[in-house]
Amino acid sequence: MSATTAPAGRLPVGWAVIAGKEFADHLRSLRFLILVVVLGAAAIVPLYFAADAIRASASQVSGAKAIFLALLDLPPRGLSVPPVYGFVGIVAPLLGVAFSFDAVNAERADGTLARLVAQPVHRDDVITGKFLAGLAAIMLVLVSVVLVIAGFGIARLGIVPAQGEIERLVAWLALTFVWVSLWLAFGLLLSVVLRRAATAGLAGFGVWLLLQIFGQLLVGLVTQVVAPVATAATEQQAVALQNLSDMITRAVPLTLYQEAARVILDPGQTAVSTPATVGQLQQYQQQIPTLLSLQQSLLLVWPQVVILVAMTAVCFALAYVAFMRQEIRA
Amino acid sequence: MSADGVSVVPEPAIRTRGLTKRYGGLVAVDHLDLEVRPGEIFGLLGQNGAGKTTTILMLLGLTEPTAGEVRVVGLDPARRPLDVKRRVGFLPDSVGFYGTLSGRQNLRYTARLNGLRRDEAEPRIDEVLALVGLTDRADDRAETYSRGMVQRLGIADALVKRPDVLILDEPTTAIDPLGVVEVLDLLRALAHEHGLAILLSSHLLNQVQSTCDRIGVFAAGRLVGSGTVEELAASFGLPLDDIEVVVGVPAAEAPAVEVAIRTVPGVTDVVAEHGARDDRAWIVRVEAGRDVGTMIRAIVQAVGERPLIRVGRRRVELDAIYRQAFARTDAGRREEVAA
Ligand SMILES: Nc1ncnc2c1ncn2[C@@H]1O[C@H](COP(=O)(O)OP(=O)(O)OP(=O)(O)O)[C@@H](O)[C@H]1O
Ligand SMILES: [Mg+2]
Repeated sequence: MSATTAPAGRLPVGWAVIAGKEFADHLRSLRFLILVVVLGAAAIVPLYFAADAIRASASQVSGAKAIFLALLDLPPRGLSVPPVYGFVGIVAPLLGVAFSFDAVNAERADGTLARLVAQPVHRDDVITGKFLAGLAAIMLVLVSVVLVIAGFGIARLGIVPAQGEIERLVAWLALTFVWVSLWLAFGLLLSVVLRRAATAGLAGFGVWLLLQIFGQLLVGLVTQVVAPVATAATEQQAVALQNLSDMITRAVPLTLYQEAARVILDPGQTAVSTPATVGQLQQYQQQIPTLLSLQQSLLLVWPQVVILVAMTAVCFALAYVAFMRQEIRA
Repeated sequence: MSADGVSVVPEPAIRTRGLTKRYGGLVAVDHLDLEVRPGEIFGLLGQNGAGKTTTILMLLGLTEPTAGEVRVVGLDPARRPLDVKRRVGFLPDSVGFYGTLSGRQNLRYTARLNGLRRDEAEPRIDEVLALVGLTDRADDRAETYSRGMVQRLGIADALVKRPDVLILDEPTTAIDPLGVVEVLDLLRALAHEHGLAILLSSHLLNQVQSTCDRIGVFAAGRLVGSGTVEELAASFGLPLDDIEVVVGVPAAEAPAVEVAIRTVPGVTDVVAEHGARDDRAWIVRVEAGRDVGTMIRAIVQAVGERPLIRVGRRRVELDAIYRQAFARTDAGRREEVAA
């Protein structure tokens, strides 16, 4: 078969071409507009109301405490709205799923998938390209929103971020990047496995809702458990209870993200959650308030980050494997 | 284009050996041996569910063969998918396009995926759009296209990369009759003038017959016959030397004509067929080994002074072969069931 060697070189990078096209599609899509409205309005409106609270606390708190980050961190007083990072934690999964649940199955239904995979691109390029396009679209809006918040802080409140605060902000964005990736990868997996886009969308939304409710119940459970910790018969008992509830809590990805985000955004947070051992508990009670360096904060949330990255990798790998082995019948 | 790459004895552009696909207990494609050479149009013919699409998917690596070997342009599509796909243009059945993009933008995407530079892609896109007659609508959104226009765009899409091999799954579906003629002319030009190897599947017998150089008849995953129409007719035991006679006489005179033809030496059988209006038509079977030309002259003499409308060798019709092939496989199946 020596006569039939392929023409030399110059094949494009498949995922880059696909990502480029998908990203352009996203920018023109209705869902992108919804993304802008949802993230924009829901992050900026509470901030507006929170401004007074921040201004008030700014004068009390010493300069060492990260006041700029409070823009993202502080729950708006008198409003039952979570702080910006909490809000991002809740909506990012929805956005991730919204930008990926129909990535593969819609192309299958439209008869474009067979054409696409008959072009000289690797099959994994299709998954990678679509993943990157979704990620780029969401992060573009998220970073813009954060910049608007920062601008608002600087211009309206006169809070200039310190170097360390900018670093923490970048770290938080990186964490959120992973958080969005997880849900994008999950949505992609659904879009590969479930042949109908509507089913995949519903499944993605369902899982999000389930975790949301599950998470809420756990928060209730934990607060109930935490209260008797101090008055528990023995410390061992209290700690055992605490360990149990912590373990359940960790199973919910949202908790992982929110714990990590809280620690990263607030140098005053010296523990990820509630103490887990007797020693920690005693330490915690005797602790004098200190501020952590970014490095210390990151060290503290490292396990959470690793678990989130691992979950993303698993979803991604499953989507790859499922897609590789699939028959593409138009 | 690819013509300069074709050597004197072209090696097959598509070759399969013992290609088999099983879906659970169902054998969709059963030990298929197939060869398509450059410059040749090969037609896959078969009933619904015969395994045509499955075969095509395996040629492109879109589904994994259960067993057997595939070579496309000399390469294994499972091992070197990119090298195969950059040289093979593919039109899937029920092809689709991105509805919010124009036809031209859709083709541009395909061109970019194939690594065409913009300055070579744009003229090529114009060229293929003109070939399929879509130039006027090229900048409308693809979702506004009719089914036949989508199909035409699909053919253009398969051609953008200047392929050496074209694989088309039911290429003329939904295209209007005049359009079909254009498309088939285009395919013939591509194969015979530019040396492309073309594999197409179809149900439309007269299209396949008029376009394909060779035909493979598929039944229940098996290739029950392949070759030119004549070769197929021979392999199915259909007589090639039947003579068709049409005489313009009223019905009352028909028996006399039939007797006259029957008395010609070498004629074994005369079968009356439906004639148009006042014409009578017969199919004349002749002894094997007789020269058809001589027989025709003898028949003309036998008809004598009566108005002879037409006489000549009967064209072998693909649908006779088709019916024969499927009558056989159905009988075979019944035997299997009985056993
Ligand atoms: N994913 C699948 N799972 C199980 N069986 C399948 C699958 N895809 C196809 N088949 C079966 O394989 C056989 C061949 O199907 P194929 O699509 O190749 O037929 P075809 O010749 O293209 O028919 P048509 O003329 O209708 O397009 C059919 O019996 C079909 O039911
Ligand atoms: Mg088919």
